[in-house]
Amino acid sequence: MTAATSNRLSSTLPSPASGYQDVKLSFKHSPWYNGKLLAGASVLGLLVLGLLVGHSVWDQELAYVGSSPLNLPPVGLEYKGQVGTWAHPLGTENAGRDMLALIIIGAPRSLLIGFTAAIIGLVVGVLLGFSAGYLGGRVDDVVRLATDITMNIPGLLVLIIIQSALPRAGFFTMALLLSLFSWQGATRVFRAQVLSMKQSGYVLMARLSGSSPFDIMFKEIMPNLMPYLVSNLTFGTSYSILTMVGMEVLGLGAQRIPSLGVTLNNAISASAILRGMWWWWALPTAVLIMIFMCLLLIAVGMDEVANPRLRDA
Amino acid sequence: MGGLTIRYLMRRIGIYLFTVFASATLVFLIARATPGDPVESRWRQIEMDQGQIPEIEAIIARYKTRFGLDDPLSVQYVKYLGNTARFDFGYSFSQFPTPVWRLIRRALPWSLGLSVTTLLISFFVGNTVGAIFAWERTPRFIKSIIPSTLIFTSVPSVLAALFLLYVFAMLLRWFPLAGAYSRDVQPGWNWPFILDVIKYGTLPVLSILIVNVGWTVLGMRAMLVTIAGEDYVRLAEAKGLNPFYTLYRYKVRNALLPQLTGLALSLSGLIAGQVLVETIFAYPGMGLLIFQGIRSQDYPVIQATSYMLILLTATSVLLIDLLYPLIDPRITHDGGQA
Repeated sequence: MTAATSNRLSSTLPSPASGYQDVKLSFKHSPWYNGKLLAGASVLGLLVLGLLVGHSVWDQELAYVGSSPLNLPPVGLEYKGQVGTWAHPLGTENAGRDMLALIIIGAPRSLLIGFTAAIIGLVVGVLLGFSAGYLGGRVDDVVRLATDITMNIPGLLVLIIIQSALPRAGFFTMALLLSLFSWQGATRVFRAQVLSMKQSGYVLMARLSGSSPFDIMFKEIMPNLMPYLVSNLTFGTSYSILTMVGMEVLGLGAQRIPSLGVTLNNAISASAILRGMWWWWALPTAVLIMIFMCLLLIAVGMDEVANPRLRDA
Repeated sequence: MGGLTIRYLMRRIGIYLFTVFASATLVFLIARATPGDPVESRWRQIEMDQGQIPEIEAIIARYKTRFGLDDPLSVQYVKYLGNTARFDFGYSFSQFPTPVWRLIRRALPWSLGLSVTTLLISFFVGNTVGAIFAWERTPRFIKSIIPSTLIFTSVPSVLAALFLLYVFAMLLRWFPLAGAYSRDVQPGWNWPFILDVIKYGTLPVLSILIVNVGWTVLGMRAMLVTIAGEDYVRLAEAKGLNPFYTLYRYKVRNALLPQLTGLALSLSGLIAGQVLVETIFAYPGMGLLIFQGIRSQDYPVIQATSYMLILLTATSVLLIDLLYPLIDPRITHDGGQA
């Protein structure tokens, strides 16, 4: 319960439990002190920080074709007579692009597009879920129908159909298309939560005291759903990144701008695996897996924050 | 049987039909939005390959009339829906006189084989492992592996595929690098061919399995933890039944039902992952067909193959959903539990 709610409750209704809210819990005992959540958030934070530092330190011109020697292995290793140097610490690929520059430019792009798509999806999902759960009736029927229909379609395939006709979709169009398949989770969770909260005492209290449905939704119910919000955001982000990478691996999307998926597609097309150039495909893969793991840890941690029963299960 | 009400059935089938109809319409609209005139560009290309073609304008006009491209959009749309219902998707651009349907018919069995195998293994292995993890008699050292299951769930199948291909096909050479069977075996119902298919399919199946099994394990474990406090479990334990019997007759059987829903929900992700895995392993299924279509800008192949996969996913989810009330008599589907 938020401070605003408890203040209003305690001023209108002297409840025996109102004093309980004033006990300040130390951070160690707060539910937010969750190993998975903290680990995921800090590693992801370090990764983003590293990428930001890299952006200002490393020469991004090196991501262009032919800017570096070809097929250079990471520093200290040898590949077909060439020894890796500090000039290209992570090696280069067969068109002379520096791997470090590719990752520094590519990873934020993948992260950003996934995050943007997830934000759009979350906003739409929350609005629909709230309306369906709170208003009920016809609205609920329509929203549930839309969720049921879109939930069971593989988003990647619909996007393949759309992308094959719109090869030059920009960043925002891409994010918008990705968000078409990331709102359903939020809608379902929020609809269910709102349905169960609608009958709870403090919501009834607010309704009796004449709050508008909008106020009840966003001032009373919403603050309680923060952990669900974050958990849904991270799931949406990783789903969008994964779908985006999938399309790029298949050769769709803007192939000229370096991103992790495009680099993977180049590596696969040039059979980097067979040629033993592991750094070409393994480094983008490692960065992606790291991103996915962090996002999952944050999501699982958030679920534990929201649902105490999961904590020691 | 009493659980399956007509109203639920109608709604569920209605959703299914609408899904199929909407994706077919999407393909139609997208195909019309593709810039350029396909007939014209095709004939210009032939002209470029073969030099001057006399009366090319007349040929193009004849083709347009022949394929009904001069008809109003609504007529084209109705014809298109009719064709799609009969799985007639026209001809492939890149392998011109081949109908798209023939390409799909060749690829479909391979993809279905992969998905069905993966689904079955992931359901059985995942639920068994999940049950072992949740059982209170399981030794501690086995339970200490649980967190690593979490890690598997975050590795997408396409990335797992790259890794498995490198380690087991490239470095160790235990499995072949690409394809579905070797050239020197005769396709058919003979043992060498079947063993060969298994050998070639192992890595693709494993790649899709890794992420999916993780979720099944976690789901099963969570279900069993929830069930553990139920009265009927307490009673079974109090009666002094064999603990293993209690586990699989009282707990697992009840936990399997929600797991089936989980299976239906994970299906669309599974199919999407498989498209990419087939690309990595050059496995001759629907995914590779899409990949090759994108490479050669073969729009009819890309769109028809994607549409067929959407149709397949929707059909499988429908089947699982219809199966559910038959298995669990408690569900009535007209507003909660009976």
